[in-house]
Amino acid sequence: MEVLLYLIPVAVSLGALGLVGFLWSLKSGQYDDLEGAKWRVLSDDDLPEDQQSGKMPDA
Amino acid sequence: MTVHMRDWDAFVTPAADGGVHMDLAVEGITCAACMGEIERGLAQLPGVTRARLNLTSHRLAVDWDAEQTPADLIVSTLDHMGYRAHPFDPAAQKAREDRSGRELLRAIGVSGFASMNIMLMSVSVWSGNVTDITDETRDLFHWVSALIALPAVAYAIRPFLRSALAAIRGHRLNMDVPICIGVSLAVGLSVIQTLQSQHHAYFESATMLLFFLLVGRYLDHNMRGRTRSLAENIAALKAEVAARIAPDGTVREVPLSKIEPGDRVLVTAGERIPVDGVIDVGQSEVDQSLVTGETALAPVGPGTRVYAGTLNADGVLEIRVSAASGATLLDEVNRLLEAAGQAKSRYVVLADRAASMYSPIVHAAALTTFLGWTLYGLGWQPSLIIAISVLIITCPCALGLAIPAVQVVASGLLFRAGVLIHSGDAIERLAAADTIVFDKTGTLTLAQPELLEPVDDADQDLAVAGRLALSSRHPLALALARATGASHPLGGVQETTGAGVEASQDGQTVRLGSPAFCGVSEARVAELLERHGDASLLAFRVGTEPARLIPMRQSLRPDAKQVISLLQSRGYRIEILSGDRSGAVEAAAMALGVTHWRAGMTPADKIARLDQLKAEGATVLMVGDGLNDAPALAGAHVSLSPVTAVHLSQAAADAVFLGDALAPVADALLISRRAKAVMMENLWISVIYNLIAVPIAVAGFVTPLVAAAAMSGSSLIVTANALRLRLLRSRARIDG
Repeated sequence: MEVLLYLIPVAVSLGALGLVGFLWSLKSGQYDDLEGAKWRVLSDDDLPEDQQSGKMPDA
Repeated sequence: MTVHMRDWDAFVTPAADGGVHMDLAVEGITCAACMGEIERGLAQLPGVTRARLNLTSHRLAVDWDAEQTPADLIVSTLDHMGYRAHPFDPAAQKAREDRSGRELLRAIGVSGFASMNIMLMSVSVWSGNVTDITDETRDLFHWVSALIALPAVAYAIRPFLRSALAAIRGHRLNMDVPICIGVSLAVGLSVIQTLQSQHHAYFESATMLLFFLLVGRYLDHNMRGRTRSLAENIAALKAEVAARIAPDGTVREVPLSKIEPGDRVLVTAGERIPVDGVIDVGQSEVDQSLVTGETALAPVGPGTRVYAGTLNADGVLEIRVSAASGATLLDEVNRLLEAAGQAKSRYVVLADRAASMYSPIVHAAALTTFLGWTLYGLGWQPSLIIAISVLIITCPCALGLAIPAVQVVASGLLFRAGVLIHSGDAIERLAAADTIVFDKTGTLTLAQPELLEPVDDADQDLAVAGRLALSSRHPLALALARATGASHPLGGVQETTGAGVEASQDGQTVRLGSPAFCGVSEARVAELLERHGDASLLAFRVGTEPARLIPMRQSLRPDAKQVISLLQSRGYRIEILSGDRSGAVEAAAMALGVTHWRAGMTPADKIARLDQLKAEGATVLMVGDGLNDAPALAGAHVSLSPVTAVHLSQAAADAVFLGDALAPVADALLISRRAKAVMMENLWISVIYNLIAVPIAVAGFVTPLVAAAAMSGSSLIVTANALRLRLLRSRARIDG
């Protein structure tokens, strides 16, 4: 059962990592506009000019 | 846009990187495409570093370099794209920061993390207990659980602890008192169990309980926040600004909060007067319908007192802002409002009433269990464990969600019906109403006047009158222009302030204005008013021909008649209380089939009538919009006001409804009644749950596993029951 001695800390710290991630995303305002966020995924504004409007980048 | 410059310094705040920041409420956003269009359009302006639109709240945050781009260019760019935008007053900025919402979310995160990780340990212990777990391993698992649970509970219990302490200090009991006692006892007991190497600990129950309760708390908070932010957008779009005249004669628009008594304010024709004050310069007529309910225009001149919320008709006014002097209408309204508000705060919401019955019973049950087992000879420590397990299992998990979950679903339905509620308990109070008192002007009728006789397209004279009306900003003229569909104004129009407009057409002088301006005899006016008691008159004359009178009136809301008869058929008693003249009120009451009406009511009269109704045992819903309705709105059991209402009335009302139709009033009542029924069902579900769970706990059979299953099970059941309310959506449409 010695395996527990490092498995428990690993499991708990993974959980804690998730919690820290949640608190960070909350603090940086990522839950302020849930309505807008789901549409921004579809927008191409962050791509360079030649890759916009649905054109696939050259492979 | 308005004729004068806005004083942008008052709306813009300096940002950290040397630029400036402004928040705007944007009107006309219909879909996600608008978001991209607005952000791209603004990004093209020189100096704009960040433009981000919040699609949930319809608010735009812009950061830019003030050296390169003036603030009004940003607003006018939005204007060209077809979106009307109004900056927020930074003075109100602080109040908008949603601190408690964030705190609740953080607490949800912490308690969620803790309950998941502890459950990992607990499931191992539970399965180990029936197989081959060693005492050392179980103790280790319990100690790790304690290590996670103690700080997590200490953090996540704070919102409940604050409210519980406040309640105890006020010698009351609310739901948070048993929550705090239950959770702290569960954690304390578990620590002792762990110290003694016992088989059971309740760490997961404590954290899970907090997690579910915090979710309920956040739902409740979020619903209030959404309504509040929409109300703020509406306030900003209604442009709560005033044009201040500086000592050097320049005119600048500033937020109302920056106006001080003694300032001079310019009000152009057709604008709403933003402040209380005395007229310095100018002659005009003022539409006071929002303030007194009176639909006839009142002539004003230098020295006359005018009130915020009234509409300036046709002259340009300079107003000196006055401090409240104790005898004005507004002071009277404020005094009545305060008194009425105090009376209302005595209402106890359903959740607290349930809590006040629930806490004594539960605590008595736990105490009896302890004494019972001790007398039976079990020894004080095992008896205490059983007593605490009673408290844990009865901890109001389902009860904490039972009402907020319903409120959230109901407020979503109300929102879709066009009703924005200010507080969750408005739903409960709406459900109790059995008598509805309407104000007439602006509530049963639309805020703008309309022609009494239908417009005949072949009527050339009326068409000319309509074109002439385009040159005036008088409310009656505006209504005439709209009714005739005129689009080309006549050239060379001269306006006589307080009388009318004239122009020349085919060599003849045409005049539009008051009956006196067009030479109509008093007798003719009196004769027409006899037929249409509540009409306002506009006269039109071509050359020297006899003038033509155009009677106008504020028309009833399009669906007012159907809604009133629907409400009557559902058994509501309807009454009209108006500040308007008796003839006007009688006509409206007749048209709607309402038999109880009173005219010429002052704010104090309205309150008196409401008190009288209350004494007769009625529970009154007040629907009104005017300043004169505000005390009645605050004093009634529950109140609604249309979105066109004055600010004070909206603040006094429990909910605001949007649009030209009256149907939201009927929908709101229907939805609230169903919501109240579901709330009661949920409370009964909690009671039944306790009737089953408590005997099991008292008998001493509650293990942590049973507690966890019972708690999450009952929470899911009440949430699912609340969601059932959504089925109402389609049915409400057909009824309304």
